[in-house]
Amino acid sequence: MKAGWSMQILSLALCLFQILLPGCHRGQVEISVVGSTSVQPFAEALAEEFMARHPMEKIFIQGGGSTAGIQAVLSGASQVGMSSRKLEASEKELIAIPIIYDAIAVIVHRNNPLDGLRLEQIRHIYAGKITRWNEVGGKDRAITVVTREEGSGTRETFQNLVLGKNEEISLAALVQDSNGAIRQVVADDPNAIGFISLGLVNDRVRALKVDGIEPSIENILNHRYTILRPFLFVFKSPPGGTAKEFLDYVLSPEGQKILMKEGLVSLGQNAQAEARK
Amino acid sequence: MNKEKFLERGFLLVALSSISILALIAFFIFEQGVPLMWKVGLKSFLLGDRWYPSKGSFGIFPMIVGSFWVTLGALAVGVPLGLSSAVFLCELTPPKVGMVFRPMIQLLAAIPSVIYGFWGLIVLVPLIRNHLGGPGLSILAGSFVLGIMILPTIISISEDSLRALPRTYKEGALSLGATHWQTIWRVLVPAARSGIVASIILGMGRALGETMAMIMILGNAAQIPSSILDSARTLTTNIGIEMGYASGDHRQALFATGVVLFFIVMGLNSLAMVISRKGRA
Repeated sequence: MKAGWSMQILSLALCLFQILLPGCHRGQVEISVVGSTSVQPFAEALAEEFMARHPMEKIFIQGGGSTAGIQAVLSGASQVGMSSRKLEASEKELIAIPIIYDAIAVIVHRNNPLDGLRLEQIRHIYAGKITRWNEVGGKDRAITVVTREEGSGTRETFQNLVLGKNEEISLAALVQDSNGAIRQVVADDPNAIGFISLGLVNDRVRALKVDGIEPSIENILNHRYTILRPFLFVFKSPPGGTAKEFLDYVLSPEGQKILMKEGLVSLGQNAQAEARK
Repeated sequence: MNKEKFLERGFLLVALSSISILALIAFFIFEQGVPLMWKVGLKSFLLGDRWYPSKGSFGIFPMIVGSFWVTLGALAVGVPLGLSSAVFLCELTPPKVGMVFRPMIQLLAAIPSVIYGFWGLIVLVPLIRNHLGGPGLSILAGSFVLGIMILPTIISISEDSLRALPRTYKEGALSLGATHWQTIWRVLVPAARSGIVASIILGMGRALGETMAMIMILGNAAQIPSSILDSARTLTTNIGIEMGYASGDHRQALFATGVVLFFIVMGLNSLAMVISRKGRA
């Protein structure tokens, strides 16, 4: 119930912004960027830099989730949507541009003796076929499997790249609704396993090697660590004006550098250009 | 129109507007949720045990079971504590002590549920994980926190109904030679039964509706739990945890979950009303 209302209120608030604000600051151009809470903190960092350079242009960043952002772009309430999931068939009329890539790390408690797992083992753990740590070389304890909620971009990526088409994430898995909540549960529970954005791994949890490959920027750049997903900017029509300038700034070496400082991975101009086609 | 009529109309309008908001909300939930229930089939929606909305499986039976167990657990914690607190406040304590206790209990109702959730997560969950096993995020933890959250409802309504009893009941019982204790358990509590039951049902409604704290404590696994140390998901947390990214059928399925919740809570509240009215008659 709350979902519907909060989304309604969000779009209403956005509309009001659109109507009221241009009148107050004459000469200033404003756009709103709405969507995925995974992308939001990075977009905020970028917008701040961008506005420092372009004092006459103002960018409002808001969360609400990938779907809320896509809806806002579809309805015209917002110029730019942020999405951490792929567009669905019904949303294909929109233009999606990958701005950066985010690796997903498989994390365990810092005292977990395991160094890494094979992709296949991770798949079986999440599918509920392996339920105890000693089956993969750990202690004789039940595994606490932690996953994101249905609809989350991170979950979708993990499902596609780790479990594949034929396996489902077990219904017995604990479900948390943010990267931070998963990290919290895994940091507290010595038997837990979870997955979060690589940039959010801290010293309270440990990222596992997958098939012997450590999730590091280096391994991502040389295409050895492949649990990756793009963060998308979504537009209704080919962007122009401030939206275009902001996009160009985000894709510029400078913008990409800011993002890489936050633990995200730029796959270079070629990959970007390819994706834009 | 004279001033009084005018004011009357004004108040009527205000009252109507609050009812119409209720009607609007109900309409919106039904309009969004019912088509999906129809599409999936009422039976496989209510009794299906697979919840993979992105793959087109919409079974909310695990959530119905989850809500049931968590609510039952909350009552198991809240009713004995609440009822004995009500008896204590009404019968066994000097008025001055009651004046200290009552505001404190009301304060319980004023604590935001996220604080309860946080407390449960930081204190209860590790306790359960370390001493009883399992992930700690469990029905047991959720029941305990909810049991405390429904205390104010149970205590205040039970106490009111105990206080509303005619003095003659107590005087009669005592003059017949019953001890104070016998008077309480054999005469007063049974006489206030309808109010006490109503308080329990309203507490149930509160427990069923709680979302934030339960998202934090229950672990939200969409499975049918097999022990109280298992994680569970309730109807409300199903909506709360997935609303951010849900679209299309998935979003409608969350509204449909709301429809089910709507009927359960309506049923409980009507029951409470009927029972408390019976008691008065």
